[in-house]
Amino acid sequence: MKPNSLLSRRAGLILLGIALLAAFVFVIARTGPFAATRVTVMKVEEASVAPALFGIGTVEARRAYLIGPTAAGRVLRVAVDVGDTVKAGQLLAEMDPVDLDQRVVSLDASIARAASTAAAAEAQRRDALARREVAAINARRYAELGEQKFVSPSVVESRLQERTSADAALAAAEANLAAARQDGARLRAERDGVRQQRQNIRLVAPADGVVTARDAEPGSTVVAGQAVVRLVDPASLWVKVRFDQGRSAGLAAGLPAEIALRSNPARPLAGKVQRLELLADSVTEERIAQVAFDAMPAGIALGELAEVTLKLPAAQAGPVLPNAAIKRRGEQVGVWALREGALVFVPVRLGSADLEGRVQVREGLRAGDRVIVHSESELTPESRISVVESLAGKTS
Amino acid sequence: MISLAGRDILHSWGKFVFTGVGLGLLIGATLTMAGVYRGMVDDARVLLDNSGADIWVVQKDTLGPYAEPSSLRDDAYRAIRGMPGVARAASVTYLNMQVQQGNRDVRVMVVGFEPGQPGEPPYLLAGRQITRSHYEAVADVRTGFGLGERIRIRRHDYTVVGLTRRMVSSGGDPMVFLSLKDAQEAQFLKDNDAIVNERARTAANPSLNRPGVPGLLEAIQASQTVSRSVNAVLVQVQAGRDAEAVAEPIRRWKHLEAYTRAQMEEILVAKLIATSAKQIGMFLAILAVVSAAIVAFIIYTMTLGKIREIAVLKLIGTRSRTIAGMILQQALGLGAIGFVVGKISSALWAPFFPKYVLLLPSDALRSFAAVMAICAIASTLAIRAALRVDPATAIGG
Repeated sequence: MKPNSLLSRRAGLILLGIALLAAFVFVIARTGPFAATRVTVMKVEEASVAPALFGIGTVEARRAYLIGPTAAGRVLRVAVDVGDTVKAGQLLAEMDPVDLDQRVVSLDASIARAASTAAAAEAQRRDALARREVAAINARRYAELGEQKFVSPSVVESRLQERTSADAALAAAEANLAAARQDGARLRAERDGVRQQRQNIRLVAPADGVVTARDAEPGSTVVAGQAVVRLVDPASLWVKVRFDQGRSAGLAAGLPAEIALRSNPARPLAGKVQRLELLADSVTEERIAQVAFDAMPAGIALGELAEVTLKLPAAQAGPVLPNAAIKRRGEQVGVWALREGALVFVPVRLGSADLEGRVQVREGLRAGDRVIVHSESELTPESRISVVESLAGKTS
Repeated sequence: MISLAGRDILHSWGKFVFTGVGLGLLIGATLTMAGVYRGMVDDARVLLDNSGADIWVVQKDTLGPYAEPSSLRDDAYRAIRGMPGVARAASVTYLNMQVQQGNRDVRVMVVGFEPGQPGEPPYLLAGRQITRSHYEAVADVRTGFGLGERIRIRRHDYTVVGLTRRMVSSGGDPMVFLSLKDAQEAQFLKDNDAIVNERARTAANPSLNRPGVPGLLEAIQASQTVSRSVNAVLVQVQAGRDAEAVAEPIRRWKHLEAYTRAQMEEILVAKLIATSAKQIGMFLAILAVVSAAIVAFIIYTMTLGKIREIAVLKLIGTRSRTIAGMILQQALGLGAIGFVVGKISSALWAPFFPKYVLLLPSDALRSFAAVMAICAIASTLAIRAALRVDPATAIGG
């Protein structure tokens, strides 16, 4: 064996050994507990955050009408169908009148009969009037004859009594006539009442609207208050939005809103908070607000899901952090800051935040401070770190 | 004095190096198996760490929320927050499910948490925490989801706004974090067909859809679709308070089960993953024994392959100590190369495992000691064989 080849073999082996050792050291340094935690760092910036509130709601109608009978009955016909546009006063459905029409006819007959009775009473009154005139003339004449002593006083008294009776008969006839007329008025009022009832079972639209449901078909029996047809006013649609109570600070009527309907999330619509309900939902821990559209979109469906973003007025400029940087150690909220190359946990007080995850720092940090945003694992003050550009998508 | 062992290695370096590398791959496999076992236990531990809780409050008489299903009303946390010693309490839900991503689906554990409360992912790799109360998600990178990607869970699309890492269920499924309300909906709401069928079924029930009671059916339909349940309440105790002392009154007066960190770890490690961990442990033991045997045989046969050379050494009067030293040095060298190659290879392929593989330095040190001991023991067998060689074999006996 030549010493040359031995030498080159030795060199090769040493090289191999060094390569192995280098790989070993690299592996030890990059994995396991000796490895540095990779982090990304950013400078705290001075900026103003525009806080926003985000809620989920459904499209509802502010004015919805349930059209149904006021008494139990059977549906006779339904004149409209779902989707029909109706005008105020238009007939929507009609309940079965049962005997109402017959009662009107019967009352008409009664009224006619009452008129006849009144005519008879009138004739009797005239007859009584005539009798009273004759009785009055007779009484006067006999009274004169009685004064001249042509007839006996008893005859005069009898004529006077006849006149009094004729007066009474006239009064009775007049009362009969009044009664007959009153009877007629009562029957007419009764007939008007029945006609009103007849009108009442005609279900008409109380306002312009669109039919959203046809709940009963002809022949079905409905109870008082049950809907036969439902209407909404399409011009009164708004979104009933639920906001998490924990993130509803600043919610107020009049805030501008962006409404993203589920059918077209790419094109949000402008709106405004119309009403903020005083009553919050204590079970779901949400507040409820109604957001109206600035311009009513076409083809919108009731019950459609909508995402609503409310823009609050921007807060004062100050140091701003991404929310990924905010950590919690025990009961303290803070961030990991790099101060003179050392890792320090700085407690902070936070202000308002926007939906892009930027949070304002009220206390604890100044603009220009370097803070850890993302990290591969949870940090401790003893952690060794290596700062990298980004960590996304790297697995280990 | 020249090194006999070095000379011999130089002479047949190819054989030596390749034997070492082969040995190394075997040791690498053993180390990886140990890493799989450690990773399994670690998965259970990080699950507890990441939840950020000191006490887990679950349904009475269950081992929830990880080991058994547990269901609480979602206002239970209010009563717990008022208990003495409780710093923070928040509801969480856990649900294993398949999540749609394009035409691929990924098995994940969906976690519902209250932002800013225990249960939130403690650190992010990229992106941000959830800011909207609905339809945003933070996902573990192992899910393969990217920032800004839209994923479908049940009926809704969620936007991935943040990525995190090492957030896994005890079974190793990566987590997807949603806001609590979204997760409740995902957990308890059915798909559209099921809802429609359910409505039709209710409407067909004459006792629930009575003609004389308008509105009854609607009320029942509405009551069927809401869910007010969560799986657990995570509790953080005030600084300086003993978790067990805080848990005890919750168990006693709230009629709920409360587990401290130690108890939860016991449930996860000793109960939930016990069988699979034992399975892996058993395999690891067999693999270790087999590797040890192979290492011993390799060293032994390598020495036997040099029996003629050893006979020559004996013939020229080399001392037995020198020969024994040569064999021992070669064996230890082989062991060292094997260990280094094993460590490198296991570290290189560990990230490609679908579940977490935790390579502990203590395991590596232990395996180094074991490899060296096995090599030394195996070399004694070889040394005995070498010393019994008749020098006459050198001259063709």
